[in-house]
Amino acid sequence: MTEQLIPIDQELLDILETVSDPEIPVLTIVDMGVVRSAKIENQKVYVEITSTYSGCPAMDTIADDIKAAFKQKGYEASVAVILKPAWTTDWITSKGRAALEKYGIAAPLSEHADKEALLGNKKLVKCPQCGSQQTKVLSQFGSTACKALFQCEDCKEPFDYFKCLK
Amino acid sequence: MNNNLIQYILGIADNSLILGQRLGELCGHGPSIETDIALTNISLDLLGQTRSYFQYVAQLQGGDANEDTVAFLRLEREYKNVLLVEQPNTDFGYSIARQFLYDVYHLALLEELQDSKDEQLAAIATKSIKEVLYHVRFSSDWIRRLGDGTEESHNRIQTAINDLWIFTDELFHQTDADKVMVAEGIGVDVAMLKENYYKKVTAILEEATLQIPEVEYFQKGGKQGIHSEHMGYILTEMQYMQRTYPNMTW
Ligand SMILES: [Zn+2]
Repeated sequence: MTEQLIPIDQELLDILETVSDPEIPVLTIVDMGVVRSAKIENQKVYVEITSTYSGCPAMDTIADDIKAAFKQKGYEASVAVILKPAWTTDWITSKGRAALEKYGIAAPLSEHADKEALLGNKKLVKCPQCGSQQTKVLSQFGSTACKALFQCEDCKEPFDYFKCLK
Repeated sequence: MNNNLIQYILGIADNSLILGQRLGELCGHGPSIETDIALTNISLDLLGQTRSYFQYVAQLQGGDANEDTVAFLRLEREYKNVLLVEQPNTDFGYSIARQFLYDVYHLALLEELQDSKDEQLAAIATKSIKEVLYHVRFSSDWIRRLGDGTEESHNRIQTAINDLWIFTDELFHQTDADKVMVAEGIGVDVAMLKENYYKKVTAILEEATLQIPEVEYFQKGGKQGIHSEHMGYILTEMQYMQRTYPNMTW
């Protein structure tokens, strides 16, 4: 997977990194890959974000949180939601993937491995609790659209798996 | 204002809206927690896609239009969804059969719409397709499980497929607005998708040990705004809040 870095001015980046995904609080919106651009023009900040899934109810909250974070630093910010290019799980940074795993959510596999795991053909998703690969899919859809529900056959813990979206 | 373009977008978006609404009825009523969550997640995807289309429609309409006026303040005849998506959740078999028959079409449509000359439509299609791939996988999987399951599940999914089959042909009809949009390179020529659609659907039904229905008469009308008796009830529930408290927001 290729890490995709968006060139953003360090001062703006520092502020954006204080905003986290409301549904996965350990993940900043930058590590999630939803921030597509940020710039200052005439004292005003312009941020472009993209949604993970079309129906993601977190987008409005994220936009409000971004505005609030910039306001605290004395900036007025305007946030636009863009559709193109469409978000992919490849844009989650390696720091973001590590944060997911630590939080108890298995990070997305490659497209092919993802399909095999979700159809129950192969055991490929590692349990974020004990590291075992003896895991099974309970439900292709989980607590939010971006996740599936798995269970570890060794430690028996159920856990969320962040589905690959490409 | 490009009325043909607006009508064309509504023809796609209303399918997602009404199917999303139908699936939303199952929230808390699915046969198991997993299927309940799956069907409502699919509903959420469809409603999210609908919002993208409706925001675009509202922008084309201009004035006071917004995504809510497009979604909630039209009359029944102004909704352009196909009859298939408004059919009720008679039982789990009907919900799955309806989903499957629509998903296979939806994916094929979006695959073509990605290349639309209209950049906004192409962008929505490219985004939606990633979600719809999961829908097709889910509904096809359940067709196989029910068809190739117990005698009871087999009979019930067969009944649902038989009953809903008459609504499939309408997916490939074209309205006048559709034809204009196809000619302009914006719309998808759905008639071209028909052969492949029936091939794909047939292959999965056969895998599921199900019979392919043979019918001589297909039902149509939704694309012209002539809906089945179910539509009024859907709209009554869906529009209630906006009609009672105009311009309300959550
Ligand atoms: Zn484990």
